Amino acid sequence: MAIAPHMNGKKEFANGQREVVIEARDIVVGFGNHIVLNHTDLDVYRGEILGFVGGSGSGKSVLMRTIIGLIHKRAGSIKVFGVDMDKACDLERRAVERRWGVLFQQGALFSSLTVMENLQFPVREYLKLSQRLLDDLAVAKLEMVGLDASVCSKFPSELSGGMTKRVALARALALDPEIVFLDEPTSGLDPIGAGDFDTLIATLQRTLGLTVYMVTHDLDSLHTVCDRIAVLAEGKVIAAGPMETMLKSEHPWLKSYFRGKRSRAGYQPQGKAMTPGVTV
Amino acid sequence: MVGVSGEILLEDTQQGDRLVLAGRGAWIAVNANGLETAIESLIRKYPSARNVAIDMAQVERLDTFGAWLLERLVRAFAQSGREAKVTGLKDDYRALMDELRNVKLEEVPARSGGQALRYALRSIGENVASVGGSFLAIVNMLGALVIALLRVFASPRKIRITSVVHQLDNVAWRAVPIILLITFLIGCIIAQQGLFHFRKFGADVYVVDMVGILVLRELGVLIVCIMVAGRSGSAYTAELGSMKMREEIDALQTMGFDPVEVLILPRILALIIGVPILTFLGSMAALYGGGLVCWLYGGIDPDIFLSRLKEAIALNTFQVGMIKAPFMALVIGAVACVEGLAVKGSAESLGRQTTASVVESIFLVIVLDGIFAIFFASIGM
Repeated sequence: MAIAPHMNGKKEFANGQREVVIEARDIVVGFGNHIVLNHTDLDVYRGEILGFVGGSGSGKSVLMRTIIGLIHKRAGSIKVFGVDMDKACDLERRAVERRWGVLFQQGALFSSLTVMENLQFPVREYLKLSQRLLDDLAVAKLEMVGLDASVCSKFPSELSGGMTKRVALARALALDPEIVFLDEPTSGLDPIGAGDFDTLIATLQRTLGLTVYMVTHDLDSLHTVCDRIAVLAEGKVIAAGPMETMLKSEHPWLKSYFRGKRSRAGYQPQGKAMTPGVTV
Repeated sequence: MVGVSGEILLEDTQQGDRLVLAGRGAWIAVNANGLETAIESLIRKYPSARNVAIDMAQVERLDTFGAWLLERLVRAFAQSGREAKVTGLKDDYRALMDELRNVKLEEVPARSGGQALRYALRSIGENVASVGGSFLAIVNMLGALVIALLRVFASPRKIRITSVVHQLDNVAWRAVPIILLITFLIGCIIAQQGLFHFRKFGADVYVVDMVGILVLRELGVLIVCIMVAGRSGSAYTAELGSMKMREEIDALQTMGFDPVEVLILPRILALIIGVPILTFLGSMAALYGGGLVCWLYGGIDPDIFLSRLKEAIALNTFQVGMIKAPFMALVIGAVACVEGLAVKGSAESLGRQTTASVVESIFLVIVLDGIFAIFFASIGM
């Protein structure tokens, strides 16, 4: 299996070296007798949008949750911003945790707080800011994710699916993180909503200089916004690289995933090159 | 003005009616507080400067917090009719500033306002209305239960035996040990207290009358019902509530099932069967406890206890307690299910309804007990 070089070179450093912000090595995670991740390696580079794909139940979310420390691993090491998360003391780990934001699949908004309070919660805990600045920033974040001040006083149970995702993204961005983890951000959205969300992620990535780690099944997201795609199968990352590499691959799973009936290549037999929707 | 680590973030120099502001260092979240104060005081310090230039060339880092404060500075000058020019901003940050320029700060709509008095009055009114509302909901539930029961009688195959047995296992069988223990202790305590006080006027042996009548008529059934309301009523509310939250009840409805028939009837039937059994077991345990204390602490031999008990109580003493049990079970079940179905989307609401379920059902059980007392007294039982 050829692990392709970074072909599109969009965000490559001048010397071809790219800064690795997440370095996962030799990760083993299992539940009972079932091994989900079997010596998995993964690198995430600064400033890229990484799409992470794999079959249902292959452990995509497990790897993400392992990196952010919600699942314990049996072996391996994870370095985030060069900090080894196992060896770091509480203070160091918390400092790293402040530099990432997580969008959970169901939003995970606090149901007893209003949208405004949800957005201000992490900021209030970590920083001492005036109420006016907190309010202004919450509204600013909401507008950045395409909502407006009218949803501020709503409770999460009063929001639609798409609005929940947007508010959850705004909360993930509340502390201006450097990395955002997105767990199936477009699942449950209509194609227009999903497309808007993709554009939103690309825009935010550009304006805030984010590194995005996106677990997804959405082929359109992979085509339009992802700089690089990593594929998880049989407990290992079997391929990582830009879309072109995935389309060229002869691995049977990759072939059926990226060139199957539901893929773009499937209904565009010429296989003409996809122009990424967003260029930087 | 200085940041957290002591560096200067913003410098101001005035040249005639021209004001030059120079940003420095890291305009990021940790410095946002200091930066905000600096900006506020600057705006107040130069009310007359005609021409404002903000030089951001020296700013090393900028995040949303810093960018918003810069935007606020620009807007503050713009509001008083002066233009502030931002220069030297790094290309990387230009997109962020463009994004923030479009942010419209509308008045955030207030959720609930008004003065304290109005709020207090309104909440009293809302509470009274909600008491009426929950009474209606319970009556409604009883009606729905009767309909479901009739439907089940019409076609007995519809009755969900498995479900009833499963619930019976949860609410009755598994509750036996704790109910036995608690009622046994209550029996012991009543007997001990009775002996202690009756002994003063040599009426020791009447303790047996007191224990027998109190346990069989009132305490057995009350203690069991309070335990069941806390143990099973709350479980019913939480189960139905989380099913409601996850749209499971809606799913049942769309498949053409009646949630009352599928979920609620088996639960309430299990309670109606289970609570009398528990009441019987509980009463026996309490009598046993009472007898034990009478023997060990009061010196009343078991033979005397039993013969005295035989004289003190009649069959109807026992019947009074047992007749009440299924009605109380019905009330506990109906309240628990009504509250469960009233759960809305949030975790907080689940907690609130579960509390309400337990409090309401214990309250209603005691009210019902009082009504029964009047009823039995008037028919001479």
